[in-house]
Amino acid sequence: MSLYQVQKLIYQLNRDPRARERYAAERDAVLAEYDLTEEEKGALTQPDIGLLYVLGVNGQLLMHFAALHKIEWLDYLERMRQGLKTHGQVREGVYASTGYEGVEAHDARLKQARESR
Amino acid sequence: MRALNKPGKADNGGALMPLVYLGACSHAPGITARAERADTQTRQALEKALRKMGDDIRATKPDALIVVAAEHFANFFMNNMPAFAIGMADSYEGPIEDEAFLRIKRTRVPGNKALSRRIVEGVMQTVDVAYAEEWKFDHGISVPLHFLTPDYDLPIIPANINCQGPPLTPLKRAWAFGEALRTAADAVSERIAMVCTGGISHWPATPDSGKINEKWDRDFLERWARNDREALLSYTDADTYRDAGQGGFEIRTFVAAAGAGKGAKGTIEFCEPVPIFAVSCTVARMAV
Repeated sequence: MSLYQVQKLIYQLNRDPRARERYAAERDAVLAEYDLTEEEKGALTQPDIGLLYVLGVNGQLLMHFAALHKIEWLDYLERMRQGLKTHGQVREGVYASTGYEGVEAHDARLKQARESR
Repeated sequence: MRALNKPGKADNGGALMPLVYLGACSHAPGITARAERADTQTRQALEKALRKMGDDIRATKPDALIVVAAEHFANFFMNNMPAFAIGMADSYEGPIEDEAFLRIKRTRVPGNKALSRRIVEGVMQTVDVAYAEEWKFDHGISVPLHFLTPDYDLPIIPANINCQGPPLTPLKRAWAFGEALRTAADAVSERIAMVCTGGISHWPATPDSGKINEKWDRDFLERWARNDREALLSYTDADTYRDAGQGGFEIRTFVAAAGAGKGAKGTIEFCEPVPIFAVSCTVARMAV
């Protein structure tokens, strides 16, 4: 496992426009500069957002990596949920799933509470 | 050689000027990135509260605004993670986020290197702080500034507490950092305002994004408003993670604001849970 290396690459892409340009132009050369497993390389290049989440990538890094790939917000959240179904629980890092009801159901519940105030 | 222990010896030779404004607010990227997806009334009330905070800050005629943030790997990473950092540059750039995602245009924000240096020297008397002559703002600073100083006409002094990469800065040290910032700000002749930004309970950027523990948030803010040091420092990270998610670790910025309050009381000006913004959106002010 080299979660640190995966996160470091995403960190560089997120903060440095030149790193993004290089990643777009010569991705394999950039990937070779990091100590990555084949699974990690595959997750980054696909990109498999769900697997990256399960590998333990911090959401504060991952959400921008998803935005870089033009993945819309709710799609981003759904891909992480699918990742948990496909690949199992988060393997490393700070996350654990909590069985949240989801934004739409939560919004409806809050709206009902506001209206009954 | 300049007298390092006398940050109050300001370059303009003026009298010492106590902190002029102290507040705390949310910085959730959804506030701008997903604005139209929130309940319209709630969003408008939040934006109004944030703009009012900007007006209140301007009314104190500040020379600079210290923004204490919980940055998200824009500058600091696990290769060299400081518990605390303060920016020391004449300008900063932000946001780092994709402009189409955050809907805030990337821009250059003014700083004040000489003033930052005096603040850093003051803080260093009691808290070991890293300084940074380069600093890229992320949503943690850019979202608040979008509402507070939309013309980017006030010099910013960014500060950071490690709320993201464990081991995290202990709460009691976040408190000490707030105290040190206050002492340093009080010891310069410039008029300094300070805003601490962070989330309360939230599970940001995870499949649980949108989950909010409103009861926990209100209890936390109640402790904050009465500036109860013992109650604010009593959370363990395990408790916070269970009840308030990994985003809850950002309470460190609120704790720093309370520490900077020197025992003064706070007022919660706005607090409403907004799931699509992933947090109880909050605007609060503490007396100075």
